[in-house]
Amino acid sequence: MSILVDKHSRVLVQNITGREGSHQTRQMLAYGTNIVAGTGVGKGGRTVEGVPVFESVEEAVQATGANVSIVFVPAPFAPDAIVEAADSGVELIVCITEGIPVLDMVKVCAHVRAKGARLLGPNCPGVISPGLSKVGIMPADVFTPGPVGLVSRSGTLTYEVAAQLTALGVGQSSCVGIGGDPIVGMSFTDILGLFEADPATEVIAMIGEIGGTAEEEAAAFVGERVTKPVVAFVAGKTAPRGRRMGHAGAIVSVGQGTAEGKIAALREAGVLVGETLEKTTEAVAALVAGSRR
Amino acid sequence: MNTHEYQAREILAGYGVPFPPAKLAFTAAEVERVARELGGHVFVKAQIHAGGRGKAGGIKRADSPEEAREAALAMLGRTIRDRMVRKVLVVQAVYLARELYLGAVLDRSLQTVTVMASAQGGVDIEQVAEAAPEAIVRVSTDPLYGLADYQARSLARAVGLSGEQVQAFRDIAQALYRAFWDCDATLLEINPLGVTTTGALVALDAKLVIDDNALFRRPGLAALRDVEQEDPAEVEAQRVGVQYVRLAGQIGCMVNGAGLAMATMDTIHLVGGEPANFLDIGGGARSDQIDAALRIILRDPHVRAMLINIFGGIIRCDMVAQALVNLLAQGEVRVPVVVRLVGTKAAEGRALLAGTSVHIADSMVEAAQMAVALAAGEDQR
Repeated sequence: MSILVDKHSRVLVQNITGREGSHQTRQMLAYGTNIVAGTGVGKGGRTVEGVPVFESVEEAVQATGANVSIVFVPAPFAPDAIVEAADSGVELIVCITEGIPVLDMVKVCAHVRAKGARLLGPNCPGVISPGLSKVGIMPADVFTPGPVGLVSRSGTLTYEVAAQLTALGVGQSSCVGIGGDPIVGMSFTDILGLFEADPATEVIAMIGEIGGTAEEEAAAFVGERVTKPVVAFVAGKTAPRGRRMGHAGAIVSVGQGTAEGKIAALREAGVLVGETLEKTTEAVAALVAGSRR
Repeated sequence: MNTHEYQAREILAGYGVPFPPAKLAFTAAEVERVARELGGHVFVKAQIHAGGRGKAGGIKRADSPEEAREAALAMLGRTIRDRMVRKVLVVQAVYLARELYLGAVLDRSLQTVTVMASAQGGVDIEQVAEAAPEAIVRVSTDPLYGLADYQARSLARAVGLSGEQVQAFRDIAQALYRAFWDCDATLLEINPLGVTTTGALVALDAKLVIDDNALFRRPGLAALRDVEQEDPAEVEAQRVGVQYVRLAGQIGCMVNGAGLAMATMDTIHLVGGEPANFLDIGGGARSDQIDAALRIILRDPHVRAMLINIFGGIIRCDMVAQALVNLLAQGEVRVPVVVRLVGTKAAEGRALLAGTSVHIADSMVEAAQMAVALAAGEDQR
């Protein structure tokens, strides 16, 4: 078991004919992801890596039954691509694209919600269920199947934590990057709920960062609804106020979003918060070992 | 992207927001002439990208054209809050009974635009938010419908307005809301929104921050950028396509990924050092970008040691190592360097660095400890 994607996911790559889209399609196919279709405007009828290319998401879904899409469309056109996928009945839309205007995402998120679809990202590395399916751009070799559910706002921190866990002999059920933008589709809370319900997940690792209130909301959710042990790390303790730390979302503003506030809220909810990544992954490994005893 | 007060003011005035008469001036003589045109009683306001101008001497009241000239001489060509003053806004003085706050921000949690108002205007709203959060009233809007009349009216009443003032406030709030969307703003505020002694509403200051991601479709707004108000290292970083923020410490760091970059900074702090910067070279940096990023760090005179932390994915560790080796060969590296490479082509990268002066670390904590020790060693020399 896993969350969001598995062997049965039928994946569509939006802008499969682009440089990044075709390169990542090759990587995902090599991992065993079930890619059934791609789209490329003006490129319908071709194939990329043996995958049929369609003019529109609607045609691709009709012809192949795709139910998950991954978006490699450039920022000016990515909001449209997400809306197209939601309108065509795609259940899970993973948007890798970074640099989308934030007010576009205000409208897109409202639209996706109204259509009943799920959106991961934008500006995220995607999702991997090790050994089953990879719908994302992460380097596959650092992940290994196992009992830890990992969720993070950051791409490289996801890789770093997964690599450390794997080195400690601890595998993962699914690893999800929710994206570093101020407005994203699925939140920590959404993913925590899925991990709580997933029989394959025994321990949850959550990697947050400064900015916004997503970690505080996750803390409240853990306190009320999550019975599985949760270990967290929050990046950005040394970030100055009012400055954007790379991720458009990583900014401490108007009295909220500090690392201290997030750590306090998480600890209050019974979450173990690691001082460093190393201590965080060691705590996860100890919990996994304890639950196996 | 930050803008100047006079730019934000011009934009809002275009939506019908009332401001007192004012004019931009570049010399003391111009200031004196404008002050005379405006009746002698004016405020002279330094146009800089920094908050807290008033306390730092960047806003001065003048009661004659001569006084205005003196005020301008104390500002023009000088730095206030580390920003060079090249122009001042001369604004006709108005007599205020009260100062309110009105602003629109992105609400990340509700995923929409929130409009805020407070009866405690004229001061930094962040201070109000911390000291008396109940003094700020908020309404969250439906992106489809916009700021409803009833919402604007309820804000007006909450800040103590009544009668015709409520309609006037509603018009200003709705103008602000429309401008927010049209400008792809992440923050747009009028602070203070003054209530004059005769009861009229007038905007006295405006602040607009524009979403960098939207500048591609707002060429008119992109042209408002004043590069001179920005840190030259940050401007250079933006030019080459990496994310850099200058900090106060001594350990320069170069990392791929914003989250990992922040975690690296935190680790340096935890082991007793302070980071000199945040620098994220991004997911797919080319070797010319890596070279430029390393040079930006080395140009910072406060840097005593450098820490490079790379989790190779699309980025290959050997490419990063090669860029560093080239820089070493050119004699450009004046501080000790600690490198931690993991992931794609890490072994190849380490091999390239073998036999150089570069210190190799296995973990982030070890790398941070080595960098802090090396930076301290430099101090003792």
